[in-house]
Amino acid sequence: MNATLPRLVFTYLLLLLCTLVFFGPILFMLVGSLKPDDQVLADAASLAALWPREAGLDNYHSVFERVPFASYLASSLLINGLIVGLGLLVNALAGYALARLRWWGRETMLAVVVAILVIPFEAIAIPLFYQLSALSWRDDHLVQAIPFVANPLAIYLFYSFFLGLPRALEEAARVDGAGVLRTFFSIVIPNSKAAFASVAIVTFLFHWGMYLWPLLMTTSESVRPLPLGIASFHTLPPLAWGDILAFGVLMVLPVLVVFVVFQRWFVAGVASTGIKG
Amino acid sequence: MFPQMNAPLGKHPEHRVAWWFMAPALAGLTAFILAPFLLALGMSFTGLRLGSPLPAGFAGLENYREALSDPAFLRGVANNALFALVVVPVQTALGLALALLLNQQFQGRWLFRTLFFMPVVFPLSLVAVIWIILFAPGPDGLLNGLLNAVTLGAWTPRDFLNDPAWALPAIMVTSIWQGTGFQMVVLLAGLQAIPRSLYEAAAVDGAGPWRRFWHVTLPGLRNPLIFVVIVTTILSFRVFDQVRIMTQGGPQDASTTVIHEVVRAAFDRGQVALAAAMSVVFFVLVLGITLLQRRMMRQEGGTA
Repeated sequence: MNATLPRLVFTYLLLLLCTLVFFGPILFMLVGSLKPDDQVLADAASLAALWPREAGLDNYHSVFERVPFASYLASSLLINGLIVGLGLLVNALAGYALARLRWWGRETMLAVVVAILVIPFEAIAIPLFYQLSALSWRDDHLVQAIPFVANPLAIYLFYSFFLGLPRALEEAARVDGAGVLRTFFSIVIPNSKAAFASVAIVTFLFHWGMYLWPLLMTTSESVRPLPLGIASFHTLPPLAWGDILAFGVLMVLPVLVVFVVFQRWFVAGVASTGIKG
Repeated sequence: MFPQMNAPLGKHPEHRVAWWFMAPALAGLTAFILAPFLLALGMSFTGLRLGSPLPAGFAGLENYREALSDPAFLRGVANNALFALVVVPVQTALGLALALLLNQQFQGRWLFRTLFFMPVVFPLSLVAVIWIILFAPGPDGLLNGLLNAVTLGAWTPRDFLNDPAWALPAIMVTSIWQGTGFQMVVLLAGLQAIPRSLYEAAAVDGAGPWRRFWHVTLPGLRNPLIFVVIVTTILSFRVFDQVRIMTQGGPQDASTTVIHEVVRAAFDRGQVALAAAMSVVFFVLVLGITLLQRRMMRQEGGTA
């Protein structure tokens, strides 16, 4: 398929149109966050929507003055750090037991994990909210993290990855007298960096936007994460769209950095789940 | 290699350590998924209310009767179905178009793939807030202004999110914008896995671009296509964040969804037993769709 010039021009025109559709709103957010509040809507219907006439960082200052942004950010980082960090350990151990070890109950446990995959979180959110409220466990950081550490999808992804790992290295270690635990930590983990990276990134990106669960479980601003922060900020008078967009930019920056830096693993993670489906 | 290889698995030397490996995950899955799942079933047959001093007695199927005769809940079910019927095909077609576009030879593929995929990493709460601004009412709104320019002034500006006819479509547009990139990367990986030799053989047989698309590309994308359709259908039934933030289900329940009604029942009105019954109905719906689609996949899979 040799690309002829007219065809190439057509391709770039389509690419430009798609960029406008999919990146346009993001550019609008970036540009709007730099503008005086009254100009965000005033410019929206013209090309000025995508170009700042007077740019400044005033909106970013007022985000920190008007709402406890640093606290939202710290809560989000803490909650996600716990989910990703503990999750990698717990789910990798389970995936390894299911893929490699010989034990009574393995088949049943694998079936349970696969069956649990079809339960959407929304179906259990209310009973879980009731269950934990009855135990008076609510309105802190841990209650927003611990329920999401053990994750059937992550277990399944680790399980599939470990199944495909060549056995030779582990067997060599075992013959040399290493136990299961040492083999796992000194041989398996160092050879599974790609799997750990994809699971970590997918988990992080997914939970960074969590909204329903913190909405149900928290009442104190001091433990609330960023998604609740922006949802309440956009109804906080006086309505200032520039400030709200600046909040948005600050909120998405950590994910964008993770996404751009680790894009290779992320796309590989998403795509590999797709092909196996 | 291992002497006890033929011993019963319960006595296998790895048995004990395997359970230790499994224990933390099993505890989490039990406490935070299985227990609330069973609790939802149990609660749905009681008269439980939040903050009510009255003991919750057995209520039989009363909650299910109430849920299935609640116009707002039924509207939510219908809206989710409509949402899936529109969003799944549109988003899949767009994702496929983008994937085909990016699968060509040109400079800057990495950049465009990054730009098109970027909305997927945006939290839905932020996406909702951005689109509230884009849907702003009056001629100043970006979408109203754009439609006005494209139709050369024939478009009457409207308040999309407060218009019963436009609220749900506006949420669909928002969701499609956010989700298309996911379809795109899965289908792009699928396209790149189709062997070039198949295309070359088809070209030798004299097949033009359209026939190559129908007879090589589409069959080659079968599994990734089924995967994205299943995932997007299930996501269509889970819609909540955008609705809560953009329209609160309104106006007059025009854009409500099943999960939005579940949250309203439990969280806003304290009717946790009713919400549990609605959650069970929701789970049965999602399970039914999953099983149906898996069966279709298996049937067609016989030929692949």
